[in-house]
Amino acid sequence: MDLSVINPVLFVAGFLVAATPLIFAALGELVVERSGVLNLGVEGMMIIGAICGFATAVETGSPILGFFAAAVGGAVLSLLFAFLTQITLANQVASGLALTLFGLGFSALLGQRYVGVKPPRLAEVNFGPLHDIPVLGPVLFSHDIILYLGLVLVAAVWAGLKFTRAGLVLRAVGENHDAAHALGYKVVRIRTLAIMFGGACAGLGGAYISLIRVPQWTEGMTAGVGWIALALVVFASWKPWRLLLGAYLFGGITQLQLNLQGAGVAIPVEYLAMSPYVITILVLVVLSADKNAAPASLGRTFHASS
Amino acid sequence: MTDTPLLALSGLTKAYPGVVANDDVSLRIAPGEVHALLGENGAGKSTLVKMIYGLVKPDSGKMEMNGTTFAPQEPRDARAAGVGMVFQHFSLFDALSVAENIALGMENAPKLRRLSHQIREVSEAYGLPLSPDRIVGDLSAGERQRVEIIRCLLQDPKLLIMDEPTSVLTPQEVEILFKTLRKLSAEGTAILYISHKLEEIRSLCDSATILRLGRVVGHCTPAHTTAREMAEMMVGSTLKTPTRAGKTPGKVVLDINRLSAKSPSAFGMPLREITVQVRAGEVLGIGGVAGNGQDELLAALSGEAPCASGMIAFDGQDVGPLGPTARRKLGILTAPEERLGHAAAPDMTLVENAMLTGAAREKLERRGMLDWPAAKRFAEKIIEKFDVRTPGSANVARSLSGGNLQKFVIGREVLQRPRVLVVNQPTWGVDASAAAAIRQALLDLAENDAAVIVISQDLDELMEISDLFAALNEGRLSEPRPAQGLTVEEIGLMMGGAHGMEVAHV
Repeated sequence: MDLSVINPVLFVAGFLVAATPLIFAALGELVVERSGVLNLGVEGMMIIGAICGFATAVETGSPILGFFAAAVGGAVLSLLFAFLTQITLANQVASGLALTLFGLGFSALLGQRYVGVKPPRLAEVNFGPLHDIPVLGPVLFSHDIILYLGLVLVAAVWAGLKFTRAGLVLRAVGENHDAAHALGYKVVRIRTLAIMFGGACAGLGGAYISLIRVPQWTEGMTAGVGWIALALVVFASWKPWRLLLGAYLFGGITQLQLNLQGAGVAIPVEYLAMSPYVITILVLVVLSADKNAAPASLGRTFHASS
Repeated sequence: MTDTPLLALSGLTKAYPGVVANDDVSLRIAPGEVHALLGENGAGKSTLVKMIYGLVKPDSGKMEMNGTTFAPQEPRDARAAGVGMVFQHFSLFDALSVAENIALGMENAPKLRRLSHQIREVSEAYGLPLSPDRIVGDLSAGERQRVEIIRCLLQDPKLLIMDEPTSVLTPQEVEILFKTLRKLSAEGTAILYISHKLEEIRSLCDSATILRLGRVVGHCTPAHTTAREMAEMMVGSTLKTPTRAGKTPGKVVLDINRLSAKSPSAFGMPLREITVQVRAGEVLGIGGVAGNGQDELLAALSGEAPCASGMIAFDGQDVGPLGPTARRKLGILTAPEERLGHAAAPDMTLVENAMLTGAAREKLERRGMLDWPAAKRFAEKIIEKFDVRTPGSANVARSLSGGNLQKFVIGREVLQRPRVLVVNQPTWGVDASAAAAIRQALLDLAENDAAVIVISQDLDELMEISDLFAALNEGRLSEPRPAQGLTVEEIGLMMGGAHGMEVAHV
């Protein structure tokens, strides 16, 4: 065992990358759940985003266009969920599971031609001299634009929910949809928009895996990140900053266990592989003692009949 | 009042599949007038005010505001035209603060800090103490209502609609509310006031319109009409006042001795050393503002939350640690307040619901096997005896109107020949004639030597049927006193006076 092969700078830079897909997917789901909708289709929307982004980037040669297509693809798929749950009033849990299964299958179909293809690389943001700062430069200022977009989005969602009227209305709809309806707010419209936002975020997260983190296309490559995102939202008590913390924790331990495997630590690989899931959930369970944080209308079907 | 009315409705009609909720309803309200809207459950009061507030669109007929056509497409339009509404079931968001709740009900809400300032100003001007930063989930019912009222007042309403505003208030809080409403009326704000409490309407309202089955059946001046006359106009027939033969109570059936229990829920109220005895043939009325231990007391008596041994004795036998089924077998029956979800399972049929509490005592169950034909007969007996209006016993509980389901829930327990019956809010949201029937059934039960405990927020009801009255306040029960001769002030003091009056000065 030789722990000295782990380079701390590369390690930190690596876990920021590992956490980014999770940040996008979980942040989107957080907004969806704050509006009172439980969408279990995150995994499906991510994988659709991954293939849409991958295919578009390969065809056009532009990774940015790829990310754009990924967001659109995720949002379009989420519209299916919105139609099922908001218009036909189908059960949200069943619809979400169906969305995941559909996404996994459909992405495999779309991706047949792209197995083994290499996508164009997204350049790092040029921070000029900042990049040359020792340690901080490679850790903080050597990433692509999408990673920074994720961080900006966390701040934007936090501020949007807390300080803007739109955020207040969204929280109100998630808290008590009957009362929001009685005050004249369009519950279905607000929720549909939230679901689309969640779909777009999940799509971006998926494309981040296929275009930057891995970067290649394989079937089912999101490998459960969507499910972790769902758990993360709950354990983060529906709070954006806590969600960021959880995503970094998960990304950090994922990166650490990969490094430990590389260093040949004498722990069975299976234990190392499961450690990020176990540790992230344990820490967040301890953090989320406040169980009453759930939006009160979460998962309940709204019908404007009364 | 010859000038243009503030609001004039003419020929409003609204039909839902299978029922005409409003049929050719006309109404005029002058500026500053306090106008009462009376009617039984299902008479169409709610539909009418929802049309004025833009939540429901009329099929035909027209509305005029200050002489110009008024056709709100949504509540936003109605609010812009100066209509404010305080809902019967509070339309508040528990997890949000007072200021956020108020901002949600306004068109152009200012920044929260300025809004908080305005809230303080209005709350002081109208004597409605309220702190803008508190989370609504922690407020008492009276304080929640203030949130709704202030939300309306901040928008300078010309017409304020109030749907059953006093059902959750102490007498002192009602006094405060009425002062506010009179002040508003003097300033020229018209008030459309819906209530079942006719004495309140007599003291507050200038005029009244009475609805029955969706039609206007009469107008009156409440100050010159007796409550009984108004009730009879609502029902369309003469009303029977519950009667009882003054009978001497028998021996002690239920002996509650220093009953203390923690609340099962985090926001509940623990019970603190409750001591009271109820005799056979006696009705004990327990008043108090909601949230002072009513639900916990019912849970302790029903056995849902078993208590320590020695705290509750039934016929001298210790029943403290027994669960609900064991207590039911002995004859201690209960009917909780929450109809859907607690007293009845919403998506199960009436037969199944009859089975749920009747199994033990009505012998609907034998060696674990259920006797459905017997349960059906039992359910149909309840439906017949208590005049539950439903197409049949195979309908699910959710499909019944609140009042009808309440009759079923109470009837189900009464027909099991209880030795002790504990009911919480037996006539909440039930119209006058059904309420009278339920009260009569409770009195008949006492007549037949059962001990009856009625927990209620409706003081008129408690005064009407109780032999003894006690009040719950912060989980403590006051010394029971004979109900006859108690004054409103005495009752108010037993209930702990006006709640939350100090809050605004913090």
